[in-house]
Amino acid sequence: MLTVRNLSVYYGAIQAVQDISFEVKEGEVVTLIGANGAGKSTTLRTISSLIKPKNGEITFEDKTVTNLKPHQIVGLGLIHVPEGRKIIGNFTVRDNLKMGAFLRKDKAGIIESMEEVFARFPRLKEREKQLGGTLSGGEQQMLAIGRGLMAKPRLLLLDEPSMGLSPILTEEIFEIIRTINQKGTTILLVEQNAYMALQVAHRAYVLETGRVVMSGDSQTLRDDQRIRAAYLGEIA
Amino acid sequence: MALKDGKRVLVFIAGVIAVYALVKLLAMTGFLNPYWLRILDQALIMTIGALGLSVIFGISGQFSIGHAAFFGIGAYSAGLVTKSLGGDPFTFLLALATGAFMAGLVAFLIGLPVLRLTSDYLGIATLGFGIIVKVGFDNANKVIPEMGGATGMTGIPQVANFEWIFIFCILSIVLARNLVQSGHGRACTALREDEVAANVVGINIFRYKMLAFVFGCTLAGLAGALYAHRYPFLHPSSFDFLPSIDFLIIVVLGGMGSLTGTIVTAIGWVFLLEGLRTVLGSTFVDYRGVIYALLLIIVILVRRQGIFGNKEYGFLAPVVRRKEGRNATIES
Ligand SMILES: Nc1ncnc2c1ncn2[C@@H]1O[C@H](COP(=O)(O)OP(=O)(O)OP(=O)(O)O)[C@@H](O)[C@H]1O
Ligand SMILES: [Mg+2]
Repeated sequence: MLTVRNLSVYYGAIQAVQDISFEVKEGEVVTLIGANGAGKSTTLRTISSLIKPKNGEITFEDKTVTNLKPHQIVGLGLIHVPEGRKIIGNFTVRDNLKMGAFLRKDKAGIIESMEEVFARFPRLKEREKQLGGTLSGGEQQMLAIGRGLMAKPRLLLLDEPSMGLSPILTEEIFEIIRTINQKGTTILLVEQNAYMALQVAHRAYVLETGRVVMSGDSQTLRDDQRIRAAYLGEIA
Repeated sequence: MALKDGKRVLVFIAGVIAVYALVKLLAMTGFLNPYWLRILDQALIMTIGALGLSVIFGISGQFSIGHAAFFGIGAYSAGLVTKSLGGDPFTFLLALATGAFMAGLVAFLIGLPVLRLTSDYLGIATLGFGIIVKVGFDNANKVIPEMGGATGMTGIPQVANFEWIFIFCILSIVLARNLVQSGHGRACTALREDEVAANVVGINIFRYKMLAFVFGCTLAGLAGALYAHRYPFLHPSSFDFLPSIDFLIIVVLGGMGSLTGTIVTAIGWVFLLEGLRTVLGSTFVDYRGVIYALLLIIVILVRRQGIFGNKEYGFLAPVVRRKEGRNATIES
């Protein structure tokens, strides 16, 4: 569904992503794991066209999307839930969600999606009229994911959904990610919490300083000694 | 929705008629002498222009520091139309359309390269543009003698009476309000708040910046076109840096993101300046810059969000739809 080939991304002279390739197949949850500064967010930002790559090609459903504008990418159903949530603090929860459906014209469908989001996140329903900026961190994360769902994503790019959340809320969010996937949305998940990410993902790629250093199905990676030592906090 | 909105529209229309009747009454009884009626017209013209900057800067977050230049383009181009074709109502309306169109067109051409960059670049570009326009007006007589150059342009038929100015002011308020409350307006506010957020929900950022900029400058052009037909003397210095600052102060003082604030402050600002001019006499010109600086400092210290914050009132407040409940906030 999504193919990334030989992607290199620079910030000025700094190379953040070096010649990486990976793919996400329809129906999968794929995770990119790696330490701080490994280039995970940069990769997602490049896919959603917020930044331009120096080299490489990105195709989505056999269409080259490397040179599209961000809003055109959204139009294809490739939806990015960015790091740090980026919800609009001055808009109510409901208005933030409505923004997520910005490109949709099917009024009835939008209302239906809104009901679905509220059913999945009852806390958002309770806070419908509250300003986004006054939500707790966890609620903001739910709102960010909910806003992504309002666009009817074919592929959802999630950047560190567990950032700043308590262990219980982290479990909750990952459970929700699992159900979103089971309902038919393909997911590319970026995480520092490798333990949780490898629980929900089918396959994983490990990034180190801008390169893919390892990849495979989650089970295999979970059992790998190097992964256990470096990312799962075990003493080798 | 229909009922609540309808009621507000009725109240607004009633208010407009009441204000009109009041002004006429005060004028007839002599409470408002021709001098203050002139200032009132100026305040309404200022309101039209300031609403334009309010949409560009307050609503959409695009910093423009050359608003008076667009006002000037509207004034000169509209003035040229009636100066050459005469001041009958039809030509006058043609002149207003020309002024508004020219300002909008120039904004579009500036926006094409500049609005792809961040808002800071628009500030720099419009600052430079303001200076160029002033120099252009100063020397315009070398190309078009009718424009008068540095000595100013005269001979424009003075056909813009209170009625015309009032009608166009109300029209501008309604247009700005409808834009801000539409989905397009929400997109502009979203990109002001967070460009990444706007990008990831599929808002074409460039297009909405352009919409706001062209709309706002068109209003500035319309205001300038009215001005040219109300004040018999157009001088390049009326459209340079300091008048641009006037517009900025009005938007910031009224509250970024509040059309209500812009309208009230624009009217108040013109009367305040005129009052100061009366009190201080000729020294006013010297103290003007100091007064601006003091006012801005006071606002930043006492009420940073401006007089109205980002709140809207009455007709300008967003419609609360039934389905969305009664307690929805009135944030802009
Ligand atoms: N806007 C920027 N300008 C310059 N360098 C940047 C910019 N954004 C990221 N970088 C650099 O690019 C590299 C990769 O950053 P990126 O945000 O992709 O990392 P990450 O894997 O998402 O890390 P984290 O887990 O901490 O979010 C880092 O070295 C970072 O300092
Ligand atoms: Mg990151």
